Amino acid sequence: MPLNTILITLLLLLVFSYFIGKGRAIAVSTTKSNGRRNLHSLPSYYGYMVALWTVIPAIAILVIWTIFETQIVSSLTFSSLPAELQQEGQSSFGLLLNEVKNAVQSGQVDSFTDPVKIAAAERYESVRSISLLAKTVVVLGVALVCLYLGWRYIKPETQARNKVESIARWAMILCASIAILTTVGIVFSVIFESVLFFKSVSITEFLFGTKWSPQTSIRADQAGSSGAFGAVPLFVGTLLISLIALIIAVPLGLMSAIYLSEYASSRFRSFAKPTLEILAGIPTVVYGFFAALTVAPFIRNLGESLGLTVASESALAAGLVMGIMIIPFVSSLSDDVINAVPQSLRDGSFGMGATKSETIKQVVIPAALPGIIGGVLLAASRAIGETMIVVMAAGLSANLTFNPLEAVTTVTVQIVTLLTGDQEFDSPKTLAAFALGLGLFLITLLLNVIALHVIRKYREQYD
Amino acid sequence: MNKSTQIVEAGLQKRYAKEKRFRLYGLISILISLAFLVILLADIIGKGYPAFQQTYVKLDVTIDGEVLGLTAESPEDKLYSASYSKVIRNALREKFPGVTDRKQKRALSNLVSKSAAYELRDMVVENPNLIGTSGSYWFLAKDDVDVFMKGNIDRNLPESDRRIKDYQLEWIDTLVAENRLEKRFNTVLFTEADSREPEQAGIRGALMGSLYTMLITMCLAFPIGVAAATYLEEFAPQNNKWVDLIEININNLAAVPSIVFGLLGLAVYINFFGVPRSTPLVGGLVLTLMTLPTIIIASRAAIKAVPPSMREAALGLGASKVQTVFQHVLPMAMPGILTGTIIGMAQALGETAPLLMIGMIAFVSDIPQSIIDPSTVMPVQIYLWSDSPERAFTERTSAAIIVLLAFLITMNLVAIMLRKRFEKRW
Repeated sequence: MPLNTILITLLLLLVFSYFIGKGRAIAVSTTKSNGRRNLHSLPSYYGYMVALWTVIPAIAILVIWTIFETQIVSSLTFSSLPAELQQEGQSSFGLLLNEVKNAVQSGQVDSFTDPVKIAAAERYESVRSISLLAKTVVVLGVALVCLYLGWRYIKPETQARNKVESIARWAMILCASIAILTTVGIVFSVIFESVLFFKSVSITEFLFGTKWSPQTSIRADQAGSSGAFGAVPLFVGTLLISLIALIIAVPLGLMSAIYLSEYASSRFRSFAKPTLEILAGIPTVVYGFFAALTVAPFIRNLGESLGLTVASESALAAGLVMGIMIIPFVSSLSDDVINAVPQSLRDGSFGMGATKSETIKQVVIPAALPGIIGGVLLAASRAIGETMIVVMAAGLSANLTFNPLEAVTTVTVQIVTLLTGDQEFDSPKTLAAFALGLGLFLITLLLNVIALHVIRKYREQYD
Repeated sequence: MNKSTQIVEAGLQKRYAKEKRFRLYGLISILISLAFLVILLADIIGKGYPAFQQTYVKLDVTIDGEVLGLTAESPEDKLYSASYSKVIRNALREKFPGVTDRKQKRALSNLVSKSAAYELRDMVVENPNLIGTSGSYWFLAKDDVDVFMKGNIDRNLPESDRRIKDYQLEWIDTLVAENRLEKRFNTVLFTEADSREPEQAGIRGALMGSLYTMLITMCLAFPIGVAAATYLEEFAPQNNKWVDLIEININNLAAVPSIVFGLLGLAVYINFFGVPRSTPLVGGLVLTLMTLPTIIIASRAAIKAVPPSMREAALGLGASKVQTVFQHVLPMAMPGILTGTIIGMAQALGETAPLLMIGMIAFVSDIPQSIIDPSTVMPVQIYLWSDSPERAFTERTSAAIIVLLAFLITMNLVAIMLRKRFEKRW
């Protein structure tokens, strides 16, 4: 049975076993006097219990089997090959297996002429069909056995509700733990590949080298074969673009937040705040398109009319558009903290004769400062990790400069360019992307931790 | 008047001026921010709206059985494999008999799109009796003609700077004079998948890819997110190390750059578990992890907003803790949870970077039929088209952006309406 059919069968079993359990519970209870009141739980809980017992072990077996199926099938196919082919090792076998797999799936085994391949294909097909058959039998068998056990287990005094509730509780714990699993997954996936990378490129070269040209040649005599992996220009480029973005976003966002929370009429506020937040909801690819096709040519023409040479993929264009994107982050985060400053502080300041702007500058902002700094740090981490704007509007070649009119490249751009081309998983070129990803993850993590710490530690409690 | 009052009075004018200026700065920064939004939208709509129209050419075609090597009785596979482009070419040559130059001949057959031959084929396969007849049919015009008809090529430029040469201009003018060129609503944009030829490229494939990806994300992220939020809000023991760790993780994941999730998907899902590349399945799995923190945080806020009295009432009537939560608290928190979910889904719909990592950037000219067909999604399609040099693709990119934004705005409006309609004040 193919996987889909097994799943549908299990689904039908789920429904079926619910009604069996429920019916059984009613049946066992009504043999005594008092009828259903003998039951510990509502009859439907017995149904749930049997249904869950039937399906959960079967699903678990199915998932584990499916995960390991490919590996076991291919290793069994491998062991059936002639001995001399086995010595050639895994990589040539991988090629052969892929070919065989494709042929089997498209039903073109007859096209093979090589007897080894035909044998491998036959072996592969038979192992696969055995595995599928065995999987079907085991999974459905387990489901039926569990269904029977559950059915036998039902007695009036069975605590079905408690059983079902504890399953529900464990399922919820499992779901909550996915957050941890994700973090672990991220950390392991980037660290594992990074370690491989640092075996061929030293950490010091990566961290302090100033030349980045990840193109490694296939033949030794090719030009540009060096493959330099100094990440400094990338980090400088990232920093430059993020800095431009922050220079634009922080004053605009902060002043907007101040105006909205302190001066604006409620009508203006109810219009302007959601409108500003539209900026945060626009997909980044749209910003990238806008930056590449509208802003960058505009800045270039403007610069040329002033007699400056501006690269067509200048850092300024990418930074400017990124700044627009993070305005709403800064403004809504600042808005929240400014609103959290108690009115009594403002009233006190007004009572001393201060004007509104003096109150804001000397009382409200200092009181809200930790929150504002936290917000700016979060915005900075967003800017550093932003990908699409820079992929579309910033340059590709690593260029160690602080001139915003020149083209620079960033960490995220390099990750995308290294991983979207043709890739093989053992070249330092591909692995470098994971090392950069590790750096990116650590930097943004650090910024987030500092931001949350600043917000929590220096927040003043006014109540 | 005492001395300090005098000092205050002297500075008063200045302080009031400062106050006014400060207020003005605030107003200006809001206006600048809003102006950015208006410019952005105006720019994209201005670039994109012409793409909703497409130029069609009317040709008098003689479906000559001899040229095709077909008769009305030919078997279907013959009907499929015949060379219909010859028929189209002949129709064009008949229209403009004076063309002899090789280069100009090629340019002539480039007036209509290559899809004209396929359209003709489909017509003939459906009705083989057409063979031997002649008639006027409308065909897609080539992208250069389309761009010219929309006024994006200036005919006053010197010939060498133009994509459309003088002789081509002449043909177009003749066709226009005979009412053989017409702009119609661009249905191709909504019925076709990606193509190398701009006039044949559509967003249907990307839309279906997005739909499948979103379905998977929805089916996984919503139950998992709600279950996690419910556990953390209602069941988790206080001051438990494990629970604290989960909370810290969720907060951090919400701020991890999306591209890192792409790396995770590449290393774990594709390379370790062997999930097929470029498919909505792996895309949905990656986006699930990305939207989970948003959904969990929104759901927790919604659950927290349900007043304790509701729980106490249920518990007081003898409901168990699980019954209370599932039968009372969650239904009451549902509007808030759904709002958060929709916002999370809108984020996922607009996400590009992680999907580039897992191969959804491939050129796919078929409309995906299932979750394990290679496909692309709307934002990636936008990215791919924005890289193409043809002017007609720029237009289509903007049109795709308009469609994507329309979806996002609808989703957000639904979220706002949901919040307004079902919001309860306790």
